[in-house]
Amino acid sequence: MSTGSFENWAGTITDIGPIYPFVGSEFLLFIIGVVFWIVWHIWQTKHENRIYEEEKSKYGGVESLKKIVGAETPENP
Amino acid sequence: MDNELTALGVIFTEFYYWLTVVIMFLIHVGFCMYEVGASRHKNHMHTLMKNTMLIPLVTITFFFFGWWIYFAFPNGPGIIGGLVEAPHAVAWSPVMGAHMGGADDLENGWARINGVFWAAFLLFSWTAASIVSGSVIERIKSSAFWILAVAIGSVFWIIDAAWGWHADGWMVQLLGYHDAYASGVIHAIAGGFALGILVNLGPRIGKFAPDGKPHNLNPRNPWLVTIGLFMIYTGFWGFYVACNIPMWDIQEGDGVFFSATNIYLGPTTLSAITFNFLMSLAGGLLMGYMISKGDAFWTYSSGLAGIIAASAGNDLYHPIQAMIIAGLGVIFMYKMHYWVERTFKVDDAVGAVAVHGYAGVFGVVIAGFMLWGYPSSPNTEYAAINPLGQIIGAIIMFGVLGFLPGWIISKILKSAGALRIPREVELAGLDVGAIHRYIADEQDVINAERQEVGKLGR
Repeated sequence: MSTGSFENWAGTITDIGPIYPFVGSEFLLFIIGVVFWIVWHIWQTKHENRIYEEEKSKYGGVESLKKIVGAETPENP
Repeated sequence: MDNELTALGVIFTEFYYWLTVVIMFLIHVGFCMYEVGASRHKNHMHTLMKNTMLIPLVTITFFFFGWWIYFAFPNGPGIIGGLVEAPHAVAWSPVMGAHMGGADDLENGWARINGVFWAAFLLFSWTAASIVSGSVIERIKSSAFWILAVAIGSVFWIIDAAWGWHADGWMVQLLGYHDAYASGVIHAIAGGFALGILVNLGPRIGKFAPDGKPHNLNPRNPWLVTIGLFMIYTGFWGFYVACNIPMWDIQEGDGVFFSATNIYLGPTTLSAITFNFLMSLAGGLLMGYMISKGDAFWTYSSGLAGIIAASAGNDLYHPIQAMIIAGLGVIFMYKMHYWVERTFKVDDAVGAVAVHGYAGVFGVVIAGFMLWGYPSSPNTEYAAINPLGQIIGAIIMFGVLGFLPGWIISKILKSAGALRIPREVELAGLDVGAIHRYIADEQDVINAERQEVGKLGR
């Protein structure tokens, strides 16, 4: 029993070919990978926009911005 | 792999590309340092993460489809032929993983080097996206940038590589296009793409006075910027070496003659590119210091721009030619940067469009004159290198595959309100929430420590 397509290294190595487990599942892995990538973008975009909304409401007022802007100078970064 | 000599050749090639990948990683350490050093304190963490996260995103997408594009698109498709079959480069190929080589030619040919060759190209992909990253700092939404990073890193640059940086690319065949160390295929395209985005993104608040006069937003940490650029120079060595094929029989007809070659399978040597890399770096630094009157930011950037300006022909130039071309390229990119900034009010935060885009275009065009009549390929039926082919090539790289897609995608994002951060957040700084959280956390610890001190006094 082996998750790979071989159970020992005996014989001709080139007959083995791929040495990762679950050979034959490559296309399914590709689909899972692409879905993960797209879902990540969707989640990240929502997350980022939510953060901006929070920051706007907390620090985006004129008085708040007056305190923040100018607090950083080349001498006091 | 069944005799020592063949195995040595294969394993040497595998190790060669692997080593270039490790060295090229330093480019990205450098880009992160450089961008953070150039940004204001209130945007540091956001700037760092924006650049860092392009690495995993471009990596997975280059695995999913970027690598396949390179082998499938040399004919256009639709320019001189259709899609080329590339079964070894699709994401579900068995040789896109740990593989010992098999019975058929596909597996034997690609099993050992597919991964390292893929990674060498991938590190170029990161570079293309990283070049864009610097120019748009302090006001682009990360979500927008990362979509754009995937577009340039895993789609458009690799299309241009299939067209003009492939032994059988249609630009090589028809135009005699020659761009050995990627003046156009990495730098001009990334510079053009960045410019396309900048047009839609607009300048940072405060960059231009109401009368249009530009203000300087100088680097906040010059040390980080300069060390970052040193790192990029270092990684650039790996980039140059990765552009070569280390060992190839270049003898036409009878006989055998093994040499290093460029990507077009034309002969060169590691010594040639070492001479020229250093002489073009030197030419860029010397001219940059002179033209900027000793400004550190522009002197360091000019070292990079000098190499880029000579890169298209650095497999063949004389070292002193490389030095002179580098110096001229620096003058061109420096003048262009300020002319574009003044005329079109474009805020290129780190001069990336200039250093990569304008210097890259210069490099491609000048190679057409310097190498006029040279064979573009060992295939004698392909066009020879010529000025017109290189000028058209530069337009394709900077304009057609660079500026245009960058402008279109960023225009769509802008129309959806997804390109630029809210004005209030830009003014407060992208890290405003994190900075306040850090201050609150620090205060919690101070309060706890004070309580502990109080206990000691009892």
